[in-house]
Amino acid sequence: MNLLNTFFNIPVLVQSLPQLLWGLVVTLEIGITSILCGLVGGLFLAVARLYAPRVFTVLIRIYIDIFRSIPLLVLLIVVYYALPFVGIRLSPFLSAVTALSLVSAAYTAEIFRAGIEAIPHGQFEASAALGLSNRNTMVDVILPQAIRIVIPPLTNNCINVLKDTALASVVAMPDLLKQATQAQALAANPTPLIGAALIYVALLWPMVAVVAHLEKRFSKGKR
Amino acid sequence: MNTSAAPLISIRGLTKAYGTFTVLHGIDLDVAEGEVVCVIGPSGSGKSTLIRCINHLEAFAPESRITVDGIRVEPGPALAKVRAEVGMVFQSFNLFPHMTVLKNVMLAPMRVRGTTPAEAERKARELLARVGIAEQAEKYPGQLSGGQQQRVAIARALAMEPRVLLFDEPTSSLDPEMVGEVLDVMRKLAGTGVTMVVVTHEMGFARQVADRVIFMDGGRLVEVGTPAEIFDTPKEERTRGFLRAVLNH
Repeated sequence: MNLLNTFFNIPVLVQSLPQLLWGLVVTLEIGITSILCGLVGGLFLAVARLYAPRVFTVLIRIYIDIFRSIPLLVLLIVVYYALPFVGIRLSPFLSAVTALSLVSAAYTAEIFRAGIEAIPHGQFEASAALGLSNRNTMVDVILPQAIRIVIPPLTNNCINVLKDTALASVVAMPDLLKQATQAQALAANPTPLIGAALIYVALLWPMVAVVAHLEKRFSKGKR
Repeated sequence: MNTSAAPLISIRGLTKAYGTFTVLHGIDLDVAEGEVVCVIGPSGSGKSTLIRCINHLEAFAPESRITVDGIRVEPGPALAKVRAEVGMVFQSFNLFPHMTVLKNVMLAPMRVRGTTPAEAERKARELLARVGIAEQAEKYPGQLSGGQQQRVAIARALAMEPRVLLFDEPTSSLDPEMVGEVLDVMRKLAGTGVTMVVVTHEMGFARQVADRVIFMDGGRLVEVGTPAEIFDTPKEERTRGFLRAVLNH
């Protein structure tokens, strides 16, 4: 009974719920913006890596490797607390979106590269033999086939980005986690934290299930 | 037929090497407009590499010179122009699996020539009828037999109205009972005056359809002549040996 009152205190939960839902909106704003920026950036990097002059492909590889190695929390703190020393002052929202997008673009680029490389070489040759431009080869022939392959790993990456938005709470962003910790402090009861955890799970479980389903379907060798 | 003497395809000193292994040793070859040339020879003789150089799917030594209709084949902006005039049919079809047969044939004219969708579709249906698969237009390549897929690939290449058609062992990955239907289409095509360069193991086809047969071995043109010269009175010992091996089995 005591345990229930501590962790699942209904009055506290009801009281903190509006605050949590506002936090959820902020979390979704950060998450969706970063996912979209990461997708566009990643696709650009992956295609540029295929066609750009060698100097650029090396730079792109270095970018991808760096942003896949750096811990997101470190990057976020650098962007928010270190960049102001060189005159770049980003709001908490922009800091979070910048850090998440930079990292997401690196992962997305790798996912697209793997997807494009999975397309048989004959598809590139047939396109070239017909006189299609590089752009038309990508847009009409390669990417529509690669998309099917990359949907499960891309969805996985979206899940990671949405989860990582919680790190934005360290730069004073009123996201779901931040709202929960504030509500917890106010009520002197951890129920809002449990509520936030449940909201995260409710948001991401369906996506996790979709990925599992897609991976199972694609692994059946259907192309 | 071309009234001028200039060949449609001109190959001079074509050399190609993978590292230290030389695949093509300075090949010279002219193909006249309307001519059907069949290239035969053992595996690894460089015959596929030779025709893949004509549309620069294979890079070759920069001092080699290939021109198609007077345009030099080399990396750069002019390459797409050459490729638009040179159709190619592959051993493994290489159709676009995510598009219907109709869309496969329509794509390049729309994107490269700027043909309107309506005109591209009319043309595509006409070509599919010509290769005998009009009724499969709405299907996807994966739903067709190998022979049907290869006929779609021929229609796709023809849709660009190319000056030259290159065939890279077009029947080699087909089940035996489907070889005939593809060769029939190619035979009809040869009768329409299209310039064709065909790498093939089908000796009957080469003898019957070719204006000129080229026997290649070890990256060199060993013997070039009319089908009668190559098949009935071959001069080179290597040609005789090859023909003995493929015809008497």
